[in-house]
Amino acid sequence: MNEFLLELKNVTKIFKVGGGLGLFSKEVIKAVDSISFSIPSDKPSIVALVGESGSGKTTIARIILGLLEPTSGEVLYRGRSVSNWLKEDKLKYYKEVQPVFQDPYSIYNPFYRIDRVLELVIKKFNLASSQEEARDLMIKAMKDLGLRPEDLLGRYPHQLSGGERQRFMLARILLIKPRLIVADEPVSMLDASLRAIFLDQLASLKDKLGASCLYITHDLNIASYIADRIIVLCHGKIVEDGSKEEVIRNPLHPYTKTLIDSIPIPDPRRRWKEPVDLTTLESFKKLKAEKGCIFSSRCPYAKEICKARMPTLTEVKPGRKVACFLYD
Amino acid sequence: MRTVLEVKDLRVYYKSIWGNYKSVDGVSFKVYENEVFSIAGESGCGKSTLVDGILRLIKPPGYIPSGEIIFEGVNLLKLPEEQLREIRFKKLAYIPQGAMNSLNPVIRIEEQMIDAILDHGDIDKDEARDLALCMLKEVGLPVEVAKMYPHELSGGMKQRVIIATAIALKPKLVIADEPTTALDVIVQKGILQLLKRLKEEYNMTVIVVSHDMAAHAQIADRIAIMYAGKIVEIGSIYDIFEDPLHPYTKGLISAVPSIGKEYVKGIPGLAPSPLNWPSGCRFHPRCNYAMDICSKIEPDLKEVKPGRWVACHLYGDRQ
Repeated sequence: MNEFLLELKNVTKIFKVGGGLGLFSKEVIKAVDSISFSIPSDKPSIVALVGESGSGKTTIARIILGLLEPTSGEVLYRGRSVSNWLKEDKLKYYKEVQPVFQDPYSIYNPFYRIDRVLELVIKKFNLASSQEEARDLMIKAMKDLGLRPEDLLGRYPHQLSGGERQRFMLARILLIKPRLIVADEPVSMLDASLRAIFLDQLASLKDKLGASCLYITHDLNIASYIADRIIVLCHGKIVEDGSKEEVIRNPLHPYTKTLIDSIPIPDPRRRWKEPVDLTTLESFKKLKAEKGCIFSSRCPYAKEICKARMPTLTEVKPGRKVACFLYD
Repeated sequence: MRTVLEVKDLRVYYKSIWGNYKSVDGVSFKVYENEVFSIAGESGCGKSTLVDGILRLIKPPGYIPSGEIIFEGVNLLKLPEEQLREIRFKKLAYIPQGAMNSLNPVIRIEEQMIDAILDHGDIDKDEARDLALCMLKEVGLPVEVAKMYPHELSGGMKQRVIIATAIALKPKLVIADEPTTALDVIVQKGILQLLKRLKEEYNMTVIVVSHDMAAHAQIADRIAIMYAGKIVEIGSIYDIFEDPLHPYTKGLISAVPSIGKEYVKGIPGLAPSPLNWPSGCRFHPRCNYAMDICSKIEPDLKEVKPGRWVACHLYGDRQ
């Protein structure tokens, strides 16, 4: 048995921007910059990867799912590299690692009844030996999620609400029984009243299936609700990693502090105290410092050394990491 | 408190071969001078249609079968188009949803702002240019932005250009539809604080429409909760969050996840279709407190305490 379910080692992804076919590119963007983290295999957990737009969180998800190749570095699933899995054991890899995507509208083929989503899965992974058994499996998975099979089966995607479509995807996960779920902003298009239901059901898969989940989001309110552990990304770098309680109650990195101070709390008695300085809010596209720590251009504590080089992600106590010279 | 805007029994329907989509179906409320009035509700409840209705931007197959929109004493629905144009922008500004995408990609920011200002204001081009630059400064953008093209700016900066343009002529009322959706949290905080500051500085009234209850909690003075084309509750932001009366409002507030909150609870069931609203109270099929009367008689929006309005049979005539 391998110690880690998932392990990322110095994963970097560089995109070329502009110019036809990237041949005459003027600019390269490091979407993911030498990222390392792991999810242990002994106990299922929900790890939230939190970052603003452009922080590289979706790129990481796509690399783990084998939809993108990293420029350098390695992603290991149960000790074996993902590229190796995909070459030799693709079906098994996707039996164990499954995505839940953001947009509950575009993942369905509008020409087929939704039943097909589950039927294909059953066929592909050989989950049932007969038609009847397949039908029973589908119905059971849907009932487990509080969906009414009699109302949903036989219908087309456009006849379902966003919440139903997204929960139907969970029924698919229930059938496949993966060990790792990669969920990329699965509730950002759902209404508040449906979000809570979806999040609770996603979290329940941890106990039902013993599956871990990498939950990718920009919303710290949601991360703090669902996750056991939070990893904070800033411009393609991990700046902080720790248990949910630690990161939320006692953020170490100045970027995490800024993020937490900016969360709108749904309570009119707890309004923002510090005003945001609009002039430093965004300086064109140079949000990311050219040299040194990626946050140094916006950091109120920036020292000389911060402008010179990027601090490494260092363990300050067991299970708690931060990349900041303040804690050197 | 002076009333700036009064909406009376407004209905906005869309015709279709299946019948009328009753997106906004009898909405009444008042907005007072210099307040931030929030309109909250989930997708499909009619919030954006309500805004379009107030601004009279409804196009066929949409139409307004009934209602009054009294802005500064004038019924906008009775006004000829030319006079309405005079009011829009100059007195009644609008920041549409996804506004940052409404900038023209091939025209410099400055020119776009000047165009809008000249179109509606009675000033010459040089004055308009000065005003545009002054407004950019007001929203915390450097003057260099004036000479730039939209693609050189981030989403939050574009949103600030839109706000700067919208309030350049110092309107009485600004209506912002989802002003911070799709922006990052730090930028969202900046934009909402900016709106609030400008409101004070220019003595404006602001209507913010959003699905985001947390954003409302941060900036609103009063809030109206919409469900299925109707307003189900109106009150001060404190009252609504601390003592929600309508079962839907209760559900909505307990469904919002937040740091330090251990449990959130969704509202089971689905939002109904505007083609065929449920009989009686439109929330009764999803309501835990539903009684016999709820499926038969539609409750009116009633003032149960000063300034506190609710449309629910639980708070009937027992006052």
